[in-house]
Amino acid sequence: MLDILVSGLLLSGTYALVAMGLNLQYGVARIMNLANGEILVLGALAAFWLYTTAQLSPLLTVVLVAPISFVGNWLIYRFLLTPLVRRSKSQGALEVDSILATFGMSFVIIGVMVSIEGGFFAYNYLSEPISVLGSTTSLNRLIAFLIALAIGTALYLWLNLSRSGVAVRAVSVSTEASGLVGINVARVSAMAFALGGAITAVGGALISTFITLDASIGVVFTLKALIIIIMGGVGDIRGAIIAAVILGVVETTVASVIDPGLTLAAAYLIFILVLLFRPQGLFGRKPA
Amino acid sequence: MKPASWTELGIAAILVFLAATVPTFANGYWLSIGVTAMMYVALATSWALFSGPTHYISLATGAFFGVGGYLVGTGMSDYQQPFWLMAVISPFIGAVLAALIGLATLRLSGVYFVIFTLGLAEMIRNVVSWVQNNFLGSRGLYVLTDLRDQHIYWLLLAVAALVYLLGWIISRSRLGFSLRIIGGDETVARHVGINTATAKVILFTTTGFFAALVGALIAPRWSYIEPNQVFSPQLSFLVVIMALLGGAGRLWGPLVGVIPFTILWEWVAIQFPNQSTLFLGLAFLLIVYVLPHGVVGRLEELRARVRGNP
Amino acid sequence: MIRRTFAALAAAGVVATGLVAGGAALAEGVIKLGAIAPKTGPLAGGAVVTQWPNIRLWVEQVNARGGLDVGGDMMTIELIEYDDKTNPGEHIKLAQRLAEQDKVDFVVAPYGTGFNIAAAPIYGRYGYPMIAVSAITDKMEELTERYPNLFFTLGTTTAFVDGVREILVEQREAGTIGNEIAMVNVADAFGIELADRARELFEEEGFELVYDKSYPLGTPDLSPVMKGAKESGAKAFVAWSYPPDSFGLAEQAIIEDLDVTVYYSAVATSFPAFGGAFGNKINNVLGAGGTNVDDPKIAEYRAAHQEVTGETADYWASANTYAALQILEQAIVGAGTLDRDVVTQYIKENSFDTVMGELSFENNFSDKFWSVGQWQEGVFRGVKGSNVDGAADVRLKEGWAE
Repeated sequence: MLDILVSGLLLSGTYALVAMGLNLQYGVARIMNLANGEILVLGALAAFWLYTTAQLSPLLTVVLVAPISFVGNWLIYRFLLTPLVRRSKSQGALEVDSILATFGMSFVIIGVMVSIEGGFFAYNYLSEPISVLGSTTSLNRLIAFLIALAIGTALYLWLNLSRSGVAVRAVSVSTEASGLVGINVARVSAMAFALGGAITAVGGALISTFITLDASIGVVFTLKALIIIIMGGVGDIRGAIIAAVILGVVETTVASVIDPGLTLAAAYLIFILVLLFRPQGLFGRKPA
Repeated sequence: MKPASWTELGIAAILVFLAATVPTFANGYWLSIGVTAMMYVALATSWALFSGPTHYISLATGAFFGVGGYLVGTGMSDYQQPFWLMAVISPFIGAVLAALIGLATLRLSGVYFVIFTLGLAEMIRNVVSWVQNNFLGSRGLYVLTDLRDQHIYWLLLAVAALVYLLGWIISRSRLGFSLRIIGGDETVARHVGINTATAKVILFTTTGFFAALVGALIAPRWSYIEPNQVFSPQLSFLVVIMALLGGAGRLWGPLVGVIPFTILWEWVAIQFPNQSTLFLGLAFLLIVYVLPHGVVGRLEELRARVRGNP
Repeated sequence: MIRRTFAALAAAGVVATGLVAGGAALAEGVIKLGAIAPKTGPLAGGAVVTQWPNIRLWVEQVNARGGLDVGGDMMTIELIEYDDKTNPGEHIKLAQRLAEQDKVDFVVAPYGTGFNIAAAPIYGRYGYPMIAVSAITDKMEELTERYPNLFFTLGTTTAFVDGVREILVEQREAGTIGNEIAMVNVADAFGIELADRARELFEEEGFELVYDKSYPLGTPDLSPVMKGAKESGAKAFVAWSYPPDSFGLAEQAIIEDLDVTVYYSAVATSFPAFGGAFGNKINNVLGAGGTNVDDPKIAEYRAAHQEVTGETADYWASANTYAALQILEQAIVGAGTLDRDVVTQYIKENSFDTVMGELSFENNFSDKFWSVGQWQEGVFRGVKGSNVDGAADVRLKEGWAE
């Protein structure tokens, strides 16, 4: 039992890394970013590439990747997405535009990555067994979990305790009202988008130490991230983390107790059940 | 979505007739582009039947398409049933599935609906793979028939024409009127006594029916069915993108989205064989910025300009 | 046109080194070769290891030699390549294009069972000989009857499973494993088919599948699978896996210190990246494929692969992919014409000297291939196969230490 809980929680850490970034991007900046998974894979590619060519530890890559991805995503938001935000008259119109634009971006990023490395990002880092509460797991998964925990906690504290964090939350509730009370919505949105991108890329670098990725696999992570943030409720960091924990534990339980063949089916089933009973997700606000 | 006019139906009839003659002069390559385009025309138009007026974006197309393709594959390979029988059965199973999904999603709106349909599609794919693995076993799902591209093209054209005709009838009916009100404001619709649930479920079932039918008809072209390829989430996204690109507000919107999209796709694939994904992405981006309201929006803008607004 | 650059560069190189006297660039002096395989999408990771580098290598070598002697004319190869994005519809469309717009003279068979079968009707209609490599099926008879120009070179599903069965039987006789086997498979076409066949063949031999589970493609955490296999206590572990889960399973086996004497995972175990990622920890791991690196022809081929593409060839289908191109080459030269019917007939009736040794077809099937290989001191050696020489002895997996 404890075995399942430990594995499940560790998997939740992975899922939280996948989903927290998109949660900021969609929840605050209101960009349904279909290229999120590709940003994650880009982080993974950086870790793989630096590890195989320069023997740089992925944990150091993380430190490099975060600011680069922050700036990159800020530029994407500022120059590619702001025009769409400006011209859209409603949230629906922005959703349509951002789906189209970020779908295009995801193709561009895949194209760039393929030209760097077309095969598998196969390497091995810290895949040492370690015992956690009597259950065997790997060191790399444990580290990813701890970093996910740290990021999640920091985000939560920042959003709830700091002034800038409150502004971010205000924008996620209503862009119009935040504008009225003097919050620079454009700036806050750009920052949330950039921060989301940075977290996603860091997640990718960490995940690549224990999952073998390739340039085209991003969509798998985008799908998972979408499922998690919708299940948790858009724009709520607690929701995303709790959804990640539920999925991680359910998947591991089903894989261990029932049949590994049903893990993903079970995860989607839970997602569907949650939405059937709470159409706005676990922590989502009722639609206006 | 405005009610479609008789003129539009007339033009559509002429276009269908012209399209039907394509295999008589187009060689295999152009015909195979035609098959692809026709597949997406049928899928995107049927998608827009529901999503156009209601503004509910469904990402379940891949699930229904997959059900169609998969049933043909397993029916022919594992149970030695004829292709035609499976092609007739599968859309009904797709429709039943869609009706269930429609009922389940009644309370969902906005992005929650979008991602719910995506999650469902993924669940169906996983359940199908699991059932195949544990109960059916398999020596590979082969769909070996004597159907050639032109036959598949005509079949898909017939489906597309049928979808269009149905859409035309719906848009002029009470149901179409109800849907437009739902799309405008669902609460208002409910207050004026429209049974929003029935209207939505009926339309969603229709899209499920046609997507499964298209999946079944295209299966002989693929010859070999892999569950993870027929249940492709990418297909769901592409259908949405083509329909949105055209403009889902008009019955003919998806059509004017699919055709330039297919041509562009082909052109990029050939010009940049080593980097076609990259350049396709760039092309998408360009389209989004150049055509803010889709092809339909641009066409209507042009029409307004030609008529000389003072 | 970017796709022509490569051929142009190659041709330029040829002229520069003076291997051919001018005239190589004449239109009649060119054989157009079409190739479609994934560069993006789920199968791209495998295709860029096994398929694309070998096509490049062969084209470059042939052109460096001055081309092929076709009935007295030296003809260079012009490669026309497309990315099918791992999408069957896309592949079919591009195949039509190769045949009708580009009017290529010959084609390289696609990558992946499904894609070979999807392309077969088109290439069949235009009479292209299709020497399939990355296609494994038990339906060969029906398929080759339908598509008489389709050839298979990498074995059947049954042969594939049979290699593993032989090892299991041998090890049981030697007393290193018992009657119990833990078996897992990826729940996708190929994995389901292999597991299905294995269940039959293993049970016929009296083995007991104490753990027999599938997992979905794209499972992010395989640790429950490995824990389940470990708990079953079986001393033999067999996984009908794809990349990337072949990597994931190995990693979990290391973490869990899976106590087995026979460990087998299917596709991608033969990739150099597999050895690169796990080093000595995966010593004595068995996998699909294999090769005989001591064979001088193979050694020479592998050195050229390394030199020209900058990558180490994978230890399985790479050599077969290259051999398929050699067959095409020798058939064109032997037939002395670009007439595809004549070349197809030539392939059926002759035997070919390739890196895989002497290959010939009976009912369009070449019965010479490796089915199981094993990582032994950094090299993935063939241990079981059909009509192949130089099989290494199977060794026992003893722990997962470095």
